[in-house]
Amino acid sequence: MSDTLPDTIEFMTWVGGVTVTVPFLLLGLLGLPSLLGYRLTEATSARATRWLTFVGLLAACGLFLSMLVSGHRHVVLDLGNWVEIHAHAGAGHEHYHFSAKFVFDRLSIPLVILSYLLCGTIGAFAVKYLHREPGYNRFFVLFGVFLCGMVTASAAGTIETLFTGWELVGLSSALLVAYFQERPAPARNGLRIWAVYRVSDAALLTAAVVMHQMAGEGDFDRLLGSGWPGGAAPTTSDQALLVGLLLLLAAAGKSALLPFSGWLPRAMEGPTPSSAVFYGALSVHLGAFLLLRANALIAASVWLAVAVVALGLLTAAFAYLAGSVQTDIKSALSFASLTQVGLIVIEIGAGHWVPFLWYVALAHLIGHACMRTLQFVRAPSLLQDYRRLENAIGGRLQHRTGFWLGLLPVALRQWVYRFALERGYLDVALDRFVVRPFVAVFQWFDDREWRLTAWLNAAPDPREPGSGAAPCPAPPEPAAAAAARSDV
Amino acid sequence: MTPFAPSWVELAVAIPFVGALCVSRMRAPETASRWCLGFSGATLACSVLAAAAFAFNLPIGWGRPASETGGIFAVDELSVSLLPLVALLHFLTALATVRTKMGRFSFAWMLFGEAMRMAAFACVDPWLLIGLMAVSTVPPYFELRSRAKPTRVYALHMGGFVALLFAGWITAANFPHLRSLAGALLLLAVLVRSGTVPFHLWVADLCESSTFGNSLLYITPLSGAYLAVRLVLPVAPDWVLTGLGTVSTITALYAAGMATVQTDGRRLFAYLFLSHASLILVGMQLHTPITLTGSLALWHSVMLSLCGLGLTLRALEARLGRLSLTRYHGLYEHSPALAVCFLLTGLASVGFPGTMGYVAAEVLVDGVVAANPLVGIATIGAAALNGIAVLRAYLLLFTGRQHVSTVSLAITPRERVAVLTLAAIILMAGLFPQPNVESSHKAAEAILQARTIEGQKGVPPN
Repeated sequence: MSDTLPDTIEFMTWVGGVTVTVPFLLLGLLGLPSLLGYRLTEATSARATRWLTFVGLLAACGLFLSMLVSGHRHVVLDLGNWVEIHAHAGAGHEHYHFSAKFVFDRLSIPLVILSYLLCGTIGAFAVKYLHREPGYNRFFVLFGVFLCGMVTASAAGTIETLFTGWELVGLSSALLVAYFQERPAPARNGLRIWAVYRVSDAALLTAAVVMHQMAGEGDFDRLLGSGWPGGAAPTTSDQALLVGLLLLLAAAGKSALLPFSGWLPRAMEGPTPSSAVFYGALSVHLGAFLLLRANALIAASVWLAVAVVALGLLTAAFAYLAGSVQTDIKSALSFASLTQVGLIVIEIGAGHWVPFLWYVALAHLIGHACMRTLQFVRAPSLLQDYRRLENAIGGRLQHRTGFWLGLLPVALRQWVYRFALERGYLDVALDRFVVRPFVAVFQWFDDREWRLTAWLNAAPDPREPGSGAAPCPAPPEPAAAAAARSDV
Repeated sequence: MTPFAPSWVELAVAIPFVGALCVSRMRAPETASRWCLGFSGATLACSVLAAAAFAFNLPIGWGRPASETGGIFAVDELSVSLLPLVALLHFLTALATVRTKMGRFSFAWMLFGEAMRMAAFACVDPWLLIGLMAVSTVPPYFELRSRAKPTRVYALHMGGFVALLFAGWITAANFPHLRSLAGALLLLAVLVRSGTVPFHLWVADLCESSTFGNSLLYITPLSGAYLAVRLVLPVAPDWVLTGLGTVSTITALYAAGMATVQTDGRRLFAYLFLSHASLILVGMQLHTPITLTGSLALWHSVMLSLCGLGLTLRALEARLGRLSLTRYHGLYEHSPALAVCFLLTGLASVGFPGTMGYVAAEVLVDGVVAANPLVGIATIGAAALNGIAVLRAYLLLFTGRQHVSTVSLAITPRERVAVLTLAAIILMAGLFPQPNVESSHKAAEAILQARTIEGQKGVPPN
C-alpha cells in the first residue's frame, strides 16, 4: 500500500465515485419520469437497468482490480460534510457535521460487487418474469431504490451514510412485498415487515447517535479503527457492549434473527425476483454485514461476542426446525436462508476468539447469497425440475428422515413438529404480547377522546348511528389488529 | 404600513387582506378561486422577494434598506424562511382546490387567515403579535358555525389560549418579579395552541368538522411553536422550559401511538401533526444551539411535508368523500401520482433519507440525545411510530384491492403542479440540506442571544 502512486489513488477514488453514483442515476432515470406522469416503456426501463447496472459492476470490479494491483486496500471517497454547523467562538457552542463518506475495503468491495452482480442478474430475470405486469415500472423504480440502498450501505464510511442506505433498503423491501397490491394479504405483510424494520431502524439510529456522542463523529475509521478487519475500536468494553447490543438489535430486525424471524416467510408474498435478491441474497444479509462492519466492537467486548453467538445459534436452530416442515418452496427456502444467516452470525461472534472467522463469515455470506439467489429464481419451475429428476431416475425422490428422530419420544416429536409448523409461535407471541396490547391501549384512549369531545361539544358522539355526523364508523376490527392476525 | 414606501413584507401582509375583501364580494366559486390564486400568488412573490432581500442584504422595499425598516413588520432570521413557506402553503392549497370543493371552500376566509398569519409571522411587536394570534382564531370559528358543526371544543380551547396569552404577557410586561408566573401562563398558551396533551382535542375536532383546506392551513404553520420562540423562549425560566419539554415528549409519543390506530384520514393527519409539533417543541425546550437548529429545520420540513400530505388527503377526499382507514381502497392504479406524493410527503415528515426532514431529524435527535438521552430515545420512538402510521395509511388507501370507478380519478393538472412543486422542494432540500440547516442555525443563534439579553435584563432564568 505504501508506495501507491497518487495518480492511482486519484483514479481509484474516481472509480469509487462512479460506483456509488450509478444507482442514483438509475433511480433518477426510472423515478423522475414516473413522478412527472410519463410512463417509460418496458424496453427503456430494462435497457436503463441493464446498462447502468453493468457500468456500476464494471466500476466496482475495476476498483477491486486496482486495489489488488496497487496493494491499496483502503480507498476513501470523502464527499466532505453534507451538513455542517460551524462552531463559533462563543463558550459552549456546539459543532455538528454530517459527513458523506464512502470506504472501499476488504469488506465493502466484495459486497458492492455482489450487489451489482445479483441485482443485474435479477434485473435481467425480472424483465422477462414481469413482462406486461401492471406494476412493471413500479418494480424497477423500487429496484432502483434498493440498489441505491445496498450500494450506499455496503460502501458507507460513516454510520449516518450506512443508516441512509439501510432505510432505503427497508422501504423498498416493504413496498415490494406489497407489490401485488390488488390483494390485502401482501399489503398486510408489507406493513408488518415495515413495522419490524422501523424497530430495527430506531435501534440503528440510536446506535448512530450514541457513537456520534462517544467519538464526536460517525466516521467508521475513527469509531472502529481503520482497515477491516484489523481495526481496534477506541472504546471501553462497556461502551462497545452498549453500542454493539443496539447494532445487534438492528441487525436482528433486518436479517430476521430471533425474535423477529416471523416476517421472513411473509416477505415471500412479493414477486419471485424481489424475493430472490432481497430475502435470499442481499437484504437478509445486511444485518450480518453490519455486524461484520462493527467487528471491532465484538473484538472489544466478550459479552457482546457471546450475545452474537447465542443469537446466531438460536436463530439457526429455529430456522432449521421451521424450514424442515414448510410445505411451499419459497417458505422452505426462506428458512434455509435464515439457517445460513444464523451460522454466519455465529461465525461473526466467534471472530472475537478467532479473527480469521470474519473472513470465513464474509466468504460464507457471498457464497450463500449467490447459491440462494439461484434457488429462488428456480423456485417457480420446481415442480418441472422434480418431474425431470424423477423421470431421469425412474421413480419418486426419497425423503430422508434423521435417524435421531426415532430416538425421541412421540409426544416430544409432536411438540417439536407443531412448534416448527407454527414457526415457533413467534408471530402469535408478537401479536398477543406486543401488537394487541398496544392497539388496545390506544384504541381505549381514542374512544375516550371521542366521548370527551362529544361531551364538551354537547353533541352526540359522531360514531353513534343516527348522530347524523358520522365521518367514518368505527371498525369492527382495527386494521392493525387484522394485520397482526393475518397469515401468509 | 407606510403608504408611500411599502416594503415587500408589508405588501405580503396587505395583499391577502385586500384579496379577502375583494374575494368575499364574489359569488361564483370559480371566479373566487381564480382571484384567490392571483392574490396568494402575489403574496408568495412578495414574501420571496422580502426573504431574498433579507438574505442578500438588499433593500427590502422601494428605497428602504433591511436594517432600517422601522415599521411594524420586518423580516428577521426566524421569519426569513417562514414567510415564504407560509405563503407557499396558502398558494398551493388554493391551487389544489378542485372544482368539486370550490363551492364549500371559503376562499375569502383563506385569504383573511393568510393575511393574519403573514402578519403574525412578520410581526416584531409582542402586543401586535398577540392581537394577531387572537384574531386569527376567529375564521375557523365562523367556518364551523357556517357548517353547522359544534364549536364548543374549539371555542373553549381558543378562548383559553387567548386569555392565557394576554394574561401571560401582561404579567411579563408589568410585573418583572412575577417572571415565573408569566412564563407559566405563556407556556400554557403555547401548549393549548400547539395541541399538546391534554389540550389537544380541538385539533382533531377542527380537522373533523371544518373544511380540510382551511383547517390544515390553520394548524400546519405551527403558530404555537412561533409563539414559543417569540414570547416564551426569551423570558421563560428553565423550569418552564423543562415543563414544556416533558409535556411535549409525552405528546409526541402519545400522538404517534394514536396515529397508528386511527380509522379516519383526517384524524390520522391531526395526530401526525400533533406528534411532529411536539417533537419541534422538544428541541426548543432543550434550547441548545443544536437542538434549536434541529427544531427549526424540522419545522420547515414538517410545514411542507404535512401540508403536502394534507393536500393529498384532500384531493382523495374530493374524489371519494371522507376516507375511512378501516378498509383497503386500492386507489394506486387510478392515481399513482397521488400515491407517490402521499408516500413522499409522509416519509419526509418522519425524516426519511433523501427528503427534507432527514437531516433536520438527525440534527434534532443528535442534539436531544446529547442533552437528555431518555428524551432522545422517546423522540426516536415517536418517529418510528409515525413512520408505521404513514405506511399503514398508504397501504390502506392505495393498495389492498382493485377499486372500480366509472369516472376518472386521475390527478388534475392544477393538483399535479402543486404536488410536483412540493415534491421538488422536499427532494431538493433533502439532497442539499445545508441552506435550510444554516438558516435555521442563524435563527437559533438569534433566539438564544435574545434569551441571554432578556435574562440579563430581568431575573436570571433558573
